[in-house]
Amino acid sequence: MNNKIKRILPQLLTVLFVVLIFGFFTLNAQVNMDNRGIDFGFGFLTQEASFDMQFTLLDYDGQDSYLWAYVVALLNTLLVSFLGIIFCSVLGVIIGVARLSNNFLIKNSAAWYVEFFRNIPLLLQIFFWYYAALRALPLPENAEPWFGVTYMTIKGYFIPAMIWENLNIFVYCLLASLISIIFIRNYAKKLQEKEGKQLPLLYISLAILLIVPGLSFLAGGVTLNFEIPVLKQLSATSYTYDGGVGLPPELIALVLALSLYTSTFVAECVRAGIQGISKGQKEAAASVGLTKNQILKLVIMPQALRIIIPPTTNQYLNLTKNSSLAAAIAYPDLVLVFAGTAMMQTGKAIEIVGITMLTYLSISLFIAALMNWYNKRIEIKEK
Amino acid sequence: MKTISFSQLRTASKLNNLYIGSSLLSIAILDVFINSFFNVNLTSGLPNKISLFLPLVLGFIGFGILRMEFTGSRFFDNLNKNINTNNFNALLTLFIIFVIIKATPPALSWMILDANISGDTKEACTGTGACWTYIKVWLRRFMYGMYPNELHWRINTAFLLVIALGFVGYFFKENLKKYLALYYVIIYPIIAFLIIYYLISGGSFGLVWVETGAWGGLSLTFIVSFFCLIFCFPLGMVLALGRRSDLPAIRYISVGYIEFWRGVPLITVLFMSSVMFPMFLPEDFFMDKLVRVIIAITLFEAAYCAEVIRGGLQALPRGQYDAAKSLGMGYWKMHIFVILPQALKLVIPGIANTFLALVKDTPLIFVVGLAELAGMLALAKTNPKWLGFAMEGYIFASIIFWIICYAMSKYSYNLETKYKTER
Repeated sequence: MNNKIKRILPQLLTVLFVVLIFGFFTLNAQVNMDNRGIDFGFGFLTQEASFDMQFTLLDYDGQDSYLWAYVVALLNTLLVSFLGIIFCSVLGVIIGVARLSNNFLIKNSAAWYVEFFRNIPLLLQIFFWYYAALRALPLPENAEPWFGVTYMTIKGYFIPAMIWENLNIFVYCLLASLISIIFIRNYAKKLQEKEGKQLPLLYISLAILLIVPGLSFLAGGVTLNFEIPVLKQLSATSYTYDGGVGLPPELIALVLALSLYTSTFVAECVRAGIQGISKGQKEAAASVGLTKNQILKLVIMPQALRIIIPPTTNQYLNLTKNSSLAAAIAYPDLVLVFAGTAMMQTGKAIEIVGITMLTYLSISLFIAALMNWYNKRIEIKEK
Repeated sequence: MKTISFSQLRTASKLNNLYIGSSLLSIAILDVFINSFFNVNLTSGLPNKISLFLPLVLGFIGFGILRMEFTGSRFFDNLNKNINTNNFNALLTLFIIFVIIKATPPALSWMILDANISGDTKEACTGTGACWTYIKVWLRRFMYGMYPNELHWRINTAFLLVIALGFVGYFFKENLKKYLALYYVIIYPIIAFLIIYYLISGGSFGLVWVETGAWGGLSLTFIVSFFCLIFCFPLGMVLALGRRSDLPAIRYISVGYIEFWRGVPLITVLFMSSVMFPMFLPEDFFMDKLVRVIIAITLFEAAYCAEVIRGGLQALPRGQYDAAKSLGMGYWKMHIFVILPQALKLVIPGIANTFLALVKDTPLIFVVGLAELAGMLALAKTNPKWLGFAMEGYIFASIIFWIICYAMSKYSYNLETKYKTER
């Protein structure tokens, strides 16, 4: 009896405490909202947003609804995160491997890179790139072309736009080739388990990936043209580039800062993963007679990835959450557009901050669930 | 039969390799050095592209020859072992050396040689380099925000007092040692809060009241991170214990709390504290923005702290729990005297990382309008008298933050090695 009370009482008290806090807050919120004449509801989502966004992936103008503004802003956030993740992975792997190099200079340069970029607050790095470094770029009319057709200017990076015809056929071909590659990989695995034969998988995959979509250009009526940005005069002193795609400086500064900052953490994950594999594994594989490439592919990587991937995913998640710093340099991401402009206009603080937080929360939980599934899959199954 | 290989120079003496290799290498480095420091191109007679790549090719061949045999010189053997093990390494080494040599003169001249620090106005900056005058003039603002100049001694004294009190624990006598945790977790935060409240805010003891809106600069960074740091640790500990508890209600509430805060970005939490939280408070109850922000960051970081501490709790072997229980210890006794001391020792690096992240996160309070260092920089940058010195400002702030964070990470590394106990 005594034991039961000991178990139930603390739980009851905690629950009571939480309920009381929530009750207190809700009550206050109701009173406050009544006093200010604000009502709670999500009806505003269908109203006209009537503000503009500098940079959008989908068509958007002021006449669209708040809901559409939300979708467009969310896509902007995801674009920054996606680009950041790609760049930080590439950089992180290079730096992580470089930290294990036996070359004194390389090892130390990589170590200093990590120490340098991870000890400066991300916000300062974003400000540095946006307000200091990118402001030193030339004006559009003075810009020298990079690679002949792209222009890096103070107004952003202008690259040629791709103009597709029959894009859907090309995408189908790409999908078909990817699916066939998966089938061939499975077949090769079976073949190896059965007969011990190995197919040159890399070359076969590359060939399929190049030939099938390539055929769609020849036979499927797919064409690809590039629209090259051209200098255009707006007024007497103001120039810009017309045609092509203009990546705004906010996006560039954000992606640069996010990927440089996060790459240091990814580099540490990669280093830990590779160091986590004992030398004996490599020696054992070599003594069985595997070649250097096979050791890397069949013995080292599968084990290293098991250590590397979970913390790295965490870093990707951090990058996605950190991309909300975009609000500080006015890149139209979810926080700026929704928790900033939309909230100012509608005054619906609770609903809008709630939606914003829920969005990030669901992205995090989704990735966490994926991660758990992956961890279960690659777990070492001990007998 | 002897085969002659032309791809390798097999000369009679090892010393020949040494001489040829090192002279080629030094010619290459000298060329780049003179080119970048004195702006003289030694190979200007050659076509442009050849002149550009000549040092790289020469240095590469030099490294290649040096690598062929043991040179007999300790310096060159070390070189071979460390930075010249194969072609790829040699190339990378050369690349890094050249980049360093190339980057030094512009950086040096911008930072020091062509820079200005004299004078009090923008006009004093005549050189092509950095304008440190800007930093000099704005230094007090960067450090203390809009806090009145003649009252800065109050901030300094408060900080010195708080730091001094932090070290008091070192001088505790043996019989007082058991109160150490009590002191740091409960008494110290209260005293520190009172000092900062009465000294920096003022309003009593004949001190002039300074509202928190005037606080700013690096001192605000310190105040915010200090309070968040001392408050988030105990809260994190409670949450970690809650998550490991076998009482389902407490466990689920802790899990929900931790996963919620870990899933949202800090910036939305700050937005919540500044625009949404006042709605949740009673009408006539006013809470200062700074206090709200400190509470928000504390709640946020406590979730991360909790996860780190949970890692330590999980790493302890079951035997520790069983042994404590078999001695008849209750839940609290077991945790305070057996589990937590060991678990916390294990997670020192993790906790230090969380604190480091906290310090690096404090500039974010700029977004809700508190002018700490990043905020003051933004203010100074848009001042019409001082336009165009964003670069100097951000480099200055980066250096300061870098020193703080680097020192913290090194200190945590020292702690880690100091408290490492063998199992």
